[in-house]
Amino acid sequence: MNKISPTVELTLPVLPDMEIAAKRTGEVVAKHMGLDEEKTAEMSMAIIEACINAFEHSDSKEQIEIHFVISDDKLVIQVTDQGKGFDKSKVEIPNIDEKLGADYKRGWGLKLIEELMDSVEYESSKSGTTVTMTKNKEDN
Amino acid sequence: MSDFSLTTKKEGEILIIKTDGYLNNVGGEKIAETCYENIDSGTKNILIDLENSKVVNSIGVSILIEIIEKLQEVDGQLGYYNLAPIVEKTFNIMGISKYSKVFSSEAEAIENIK
Repeated sequence: MNKISPTVELTLPVLPDMEIAAKRTGEVVAKHMGLDEEKTAEMSMAIIEACINAFEHSDSKEQIEIHFVISDDKLVIQVTDQGKGFDKSKVEIPNIDEKLGADYKRGWGLKLIEELMDSVEYESSKSGTTVTMTKNKEDN
Repeated sequence: MSDFSLTTKKEGEILIIKTDGYLNNVGGEKIAETCYENIDSGTKNILIDLENSKVVNSIGVSILIEIIEKLQEVDGQLGYYNLAPIVEKTFNIMGISKYSKVFSSEAEAIENIK
């Protein structure tokens, strides 16, 4: 019989700074798992960015949902919005050399998430996007 | 949460901004406003003490890129000290440490920003 992974669920309204509620929940989960300080900080930063993307890019006034799925060796975090979706292949990778002098300085969220987490997957359609981020408990 | 505040002091010609709170878009705009006022008055070197801003987001940090740009126009320099490790890592990933300076202490920053 398969073991069911404990999951913490959080629903956030699209309100200023609500990403901090997700960050704090993530930190409680990380502490429970014994995730070290560096990995916890990286995971927290990635959650902030994923929530901001969900808030800002989804064009949705709906709530966003976050699932923290706990297992022995990793923490999987899913951030789901009900926005219009996006095509990951069309997202430009930001570069500081190009950002200096450019009008649009933002657009760093996905790069940060990908650098800070061990793996990231995207599932997007016209009815919403789920970003699934994994942080391993130990370095592989 | 957006109780961001800052204080400023001058060390010779250097402007030092000490922040307190979440460096998001609101915090970033407040820093930028203070920097632009001082740049317009002739300040070229600015240091930001981030000891009390251990949480940032990429929107707040993006505003620092605007400040770097503004300082480049006057041949000035932006630096930071007292960064939490994750904040320094974020700066490195975004590449802003390529065009501004991260110091380990105020003394080191004041000595080397010039």
